[in-house]
Amino acid sequence: MSQRALDVSALPTIAYGPRASIWWGVLGLVAIEGSALAIVGVSYLYLRQNFVAWPPPGTPLPALGAATGDLVVLLASIVPMAIVDRLARAERRRPVAIGLGVMVLLGLASLALRALQFAGALGCRWDSHAYGSVVWTLLGMHAAHVLTSTLENALLMAVLVVGPVEHKDFVDAHVNAFYWYFIAAVWVPTYALVYLAPRFL
Amino acid sequence: MSSTVGPTSTLAPGEAARETLDRAALERVWSTPPGFLGWLTSASHKSVALRYIVTAFGFFALGGVLAALMRLQLARPESRLIGPDLYNQIFTMHGSTMMFLFAVPVMEAFGIYLVPLMIGTRNVAFPRMNNFGYWIYLFGGLMLWTAFALDIGPDTGWFAYVPLSGPAYSPGKRVDIWAQLITFTEIAALVAAVELIVTTLKMRCPGMSLNRMPLFVWAMLVTAFMVIFAMPAIMVASTMLAMDRLVDTHFFNPAEGGDALLWQHLFWFFGHPEVYIIFIPATGFVSTIVSTFARRRIFGYPAMVLALIATGFLGFSLWVHHMFAVGLPQLGEAFFTAASMMIAIPSGIQVFCWLATLRGGRIVMRAPLLWALGFIALFVIGGLTGVMTAAVPLDLQLHDTYFVVAHFHYVLIGGALFPLLGAVLFWLPKMCGRMPDERLGRVSFWITFVGFNLTFFPMHLLGLGGMPRRVYTYARDAGLTTGNVVASAGAVVLTAGILVFLANVAWTLRRGAPAGDDPWGAETLEWATASPPPSYNFAYLPTVDGQAPLWSTQERPVVTGLRTDVREVLITDGVDATPDHRHRLDGASVWPFLTAVAATIGVVTALFTPWGVTIGSLLALVTLTGWFWPRGAPAHETVEQRP
Repeated sequence: MSQRALDVSALPTIAYGPRASIWWGVLGLVAIEGSALAIVGVSYLYLRQNFVAWPPPGTPLPALGAATGDLVVLLASIVPMAIVDRLARAERRRPVAIGLGVMVLLGLASLALRALQFAGALGCRWDSHAYGSVVWTLLGMHAAHVLTSTLENALLMAVLVVGPVEHKDFVDAHVNAFYWYFIAAVWVPTYALVYLAPRFL
Repeated sequence: MSSTVGPTSTLAPGEAARETLDRAALERVWSTPPGFLGWLTSASHKSVALRYIVTAFGFFALGGVLAALMRLQLARPESRLIGPDLYNQIFTMHGSTMMFLFAVPVMEAFGIYLVPLMIGTRNVAFPRMNNFGYWIYLFGGLMLWTAFALDIGPDTGWFAYVPLSGPAYSPGKRVDIWAQLITFTEIAALVAAVELIVTTLKMRCPGMSLNRMPLFVWAMLVTAFMVIFAMPAIMVASTMLAMDRLVDTHFFNPAEGGDALLWQHLFWFFGHPEVYIIFIPATGFVSTIVSTFARRRIFGYPAMVLALIATGFLGFSLWVHHMFAVGLPQLGEAFFTAASMMIAIPSGIQVFCWLATLRGGRIVMRAPLLWALGFIALFVIGGLTGVMTAAVPLDLQLHDTYFVVAHFHYVLIGGALFPLLGAVLFWLPKMCGRMPDERLGRVSFWITFVGFNLTFFPMHLLGLGGMPRRVYTYARDAGLTTGNVVASAGAVVLTAGILVFLANVAWTLRRGAPAGDDPWGAETLEWATASPPPSYNFAYLPTVDGQAPLWSTQERPVVTGLRTDVREVLITDGVDATPDHRHRLDGASVWPFLTAVAATIGVVTALFTPWGVTIGSLLALVTLTGWFWPRGAPAHETVEQRP
């Protein structure tokens, strides 16, 4: 051992944002899932070249109602999630748990609106034609992310209610928020591609 | 945040006694529990990585047996030894095993073993995820080989082109097995990639700014980024294929507006970067070995780093050169020809930097260096045939012939297996504490080198002579007999070389002379600790002030003040590696294993019914809850007791 030492005992044990390793782990997840969604989006445009009419004849334009409601819910949900994020940094146990409960409800609302899109708004099935396959896949992949994140929020809420609560649970709430921002934001291009592009492009 | 670090201080006398106490405490906290349970639950990057490496070489041996069977079949014309159906399964299994179960995992496994040691930390960033990735990988491999043993091995080639692999032409479960193998290996590869990126960016020891990072760590970092952006393409593609086959989607069905070429685009958008995902870690091995045995720092470190990054980017702009034969617009073909030739530039820069390092060094000729030099020779040949096939007119002539088989075996065996075997010899002393036999190392190299060229060089000529890939035999009067006989004889020699190599490894593990900390006189931090390294890697994390810390004569301070009663590591800034905060890593747990089992049940059920996805997700929900449910955190980490 060397005669000199770099003493790190005074350093904190908790950090948020890019300082924390878990934040980078979630960034990796976002990069992976963002790439996967982008590739399905590109496949959508690629398959479109095979069609004279898009959506194909006999399939209506996707109805806007439920999807636009979904857009409003997801964008609005960024606000309570950002509040949870702030409260988490202050390690406010009960308010964070309540905020996560609100997020679970909003996630379920988004999933209900998504179910309406599958049930009627798309106007076709996944096995109708390639158009049906790719729009079902795009919306389904995104819904899977909403579901996963909602379950994470529910699990973290349960941990905060039951305890014992660790400091790192608040870092988890913070990165859950980061992941949710991604999910909400990525719905904007997905929505534009599936619902607006066939109308205006 | 460096301002919060205490001033450099002199430790009190009685240092040695204190170090002994610290080591004992660290060993208690970091060691893997013994026995079967320890094996299931391990959160040690070293034991998981060693398991990964051993498993990958197990699959390498299986894939090698398949290669030997193919050479046996082709050793004479019109042979009836292996029928066309079994032959189709054999070449598909050979390619899928070597690419997905050997080459990518073994490279990432070396990264998982070496990166934490090279950057001076105690473990990877997410130790439980790491263990989960290994089990997923193992279960995927077992599923594939069980299917093959039951005569339902995939049979449409390792790139499973539609429409052949679609529901109309490949009924049964063979292609579904292949598609789900992809699901397994993707998850494992992506997990390892995120591990490596976060570990590299956040856990480097103080002072190891990005411009002081060992080239092997740079290589693994670039590789991991490529995995993150390449693998989603095949994940999406294989999911689409599985859905076309299982729930009647029409992604690749032209009758309903689907497109067979979409498959090729998606596959090769992954498949070409895949080659670099295998090759770039190998360049990291070569840089390390060359610099160690030339006894000087690598020539042109910044050029080498930039070449790695450039390769990482350019690797994504070449995929269409696998598709020149499908009739794309000429402008597009011209673009991809240019891009394919351009990637020779960063590769060339690396070759010249290695040669300059050797030229300017005092060469110590040892077996690992021999493997690295063999790599340079073979890779240059493979690279040149690559530039040849990048030209569209020539490619149209050579497409799907044995010339292509020759080319990519020069690139993959010459470009990745040779450096890998050199790396095994080079780091074996660190991993097991014993020295490999130098003479056996050299003998195995020369037998392998000669056998390799005997096997694969004639394939260039066979391809030029018109021999197509993937056909189970050839006519007596086709003029292909001589080349095939030579190639098959070469395969015998090649196998002998690999066997001598493995015998050397086996001998080393039992009888090798004790290695000591740094038997090669190398420059990077993994040689600053014992061989094999203790469970906690370093008693006190090192600090560095240059690229070659072990060749520096300056005494450097070590890190103190990390807790020894929990698994605490130091998290540092991503660019400068200044100390930022202390962080407790998770320890051993059975939940990652159980989550892998849950996912496996889901994926295997999904071979037969889409409900498999639901079943797997529900099971995984249970195991993930167990995984993340808090228990037994040390008192200082818990907040108030009541909400």
